Amino acid sequence: MSRESIFDCVLILCLAAVPIWAHFAEEPFIITLATRAAIFAIAGIGLNLVLGQGGLVSLGHATFFGLGGYAMGILASHAQTYMPLSEWPILIEGTKSMPVIWVVALLASGIAALLIGALSLRTSGVYFIMITLAFGQMFYYFAVSWSAYGGDDGLSIYLRNDFPGLNTLDPIQFFLIVFVWLLVVWIFTATLIRSPFGLALNASRQSTERVETVGINPYHLRLTAFVISGMITGLAGALFADLNRFISPSMFSWQTSGEIMVFVILGGVARRSGPILGAVVFIALEHFLGGLSDYWHIYLGALLLLVVLFARGGLIGMLLGRERVHE
Amino acid sequence: MSLLSLKQVASWYGSTQALFDVSFSLEEGEVLALMGRNGMGKSTTIKTICKMLPVGSGEIYIASKNINTLPSFKVARLGVGLVPEGRRCFPNLTVEENLIAAARPGSWDLLSVSTLFPRLHERRSQMANTLSGGEQQMLAIGRALMTNPRLLILDEATEGLAPLVRQEIWSALHSLKNNSNLSLLVVDKSLSELKQVADKVVILERGSSVWSGTTAALSDAVVQQYLGI
Repeated sequence: MSRESIFDCVLILCLAAVPIWAHFAEEPFIITLATRAAIFAIAGIGLNLVLGQGGLVSLGHATFFGLGGYAMGILASHAQTYMPLSEWPILIEGTKSMPVIWVVALLASGIAALLIGALSLRTSGVYFIMITLAFGQMFYYFAVSWSAYGGDDGLSIYLRNDFPGLNTLDPIQFFLIVFVWLLVVWIFTATLIRSPFGLALNASRQSTERVETVGINPYHLRLTAFVISGMITGLAGALFADLNRFISPSMFSWQTSGEIMVFVILGGVARRSGPILGAVVFIALEHFLGGLSDYWHIYLGALLLLVVLFARGGLIGMLLGRERVHE
Repeated sequence: MSLLSLKQVASWYGSTQALFDVSFSLEEGEVLALMGRNGMGKSTTIKTICKMLPVGSGEIYIASKNINTLPSFKVARLGVGLVPEGRRCFPNLTVEENLIAAARPGSWDLLSVSTLFPRLHERRSQMANTLSGGEQQMLAIGRALMTNPRLLILDEATEGLAPLVRQEIWSALHSLKNNSNLSLLVVDKSLSELKQVADKVVILERGSSVWSGTTAALSDAVVQQYLGI
């Protein structure tokens, strides 16, 4: 077992242990913080697939995060008002079933990623960054003007969606759901990046021309990765909306895209657990420094600068070195 | 039916014409040596066959299929494996990962590549950028073989390697010639080795094919005239 694998296991066990301790210590706020960290980690894992393996600097992943959130918000708001989403040509009702909402969130973000990716992946470099950013802002302003679902003010949901056999209003049980998703997503992406698909994606980042000469279409490869990445981030958005029971256009904003990128860069681009560590550190800084100063982002910025300048491979790179990393 | 056929192919780097009139054909199981002095268009011909450069005029056929409008990856899928000049492995993947990333269904797999180059098996967990030049060259050949090609193109595969390693590469090429039905298109500076492995020779001069024939017909006078050796 490599040092990095041991580190991954310890990190994930710690993320699970803290809320369990908080549950017994009756500190529900700590459980909520851990849940937020786990959700952000899922979003970061989604971005890390295209950023770390594919070298695609997407500044539009908030699009998928927001779509997942709005999928949850729209379905749950209709369930709470008993108003159907549509009556013609087919009757579509709202729902407060988490599994149904997850499926809708995954589909919505997957379709959006397919369309956005199909256009944006025809470009590269700074043009790709700008196009993904532009799509994110398009969705942001659409959500701002979408008064049916709260417009600029956002939309509160007065219920917590259901999961069979669990009391989702109990913070520890909701954390459990998110944690299981984190494990599923983490194992899935870790397996994916070791598969021929993941290796070819990594190779395409190193040289598009060389990948083509072995018979691989890099465009299809990147588009597939982009869709998977968007779906994972969309799932995180749905969980985030359920945690807060609130959705707002800020889920689509470029700041959200930037924060997801910060989780990845802080933890370590292309490192399996980089987004998990990045999200945990981000939430910890937000909590502890945020209590000291409203300007805690200055300290976060300073930390990010230090990491980028001196810790290639992020915090994990600093802790473990550049051992067996596909950077 | 030729596996590879070039008919009056011309090609450009932007506005600069590099190939003017290249014509030759290669049959299944045959080894063709593409020769010429530096800058005569050997690598450009290979890039054009692999569609890393567009075909300006003329026609290229692979197994009777015109590939003029096909992208590079589709040409590779028709069974063209390339060992590019300067090795060009994927540096941040391990040896095994380099091979897996390129794998396509067929008889060539990790085991058969390891049999051809036992050194790759020994180094399978090592990052490609930590290999020696010779090992990287073996990896580049192994990676091309993992695509299970019908035609393997080697562009200066032994350039800059130590004599012992070069010998190992040439042995592997002889083994490929004798033990498989693979066609080889080889560009190299070593005339003596090329003469031993090739069935026929095409010589390029200033972007045009000026001489072609069997290796046996390659006289000293032809070598002197076109290669200056």
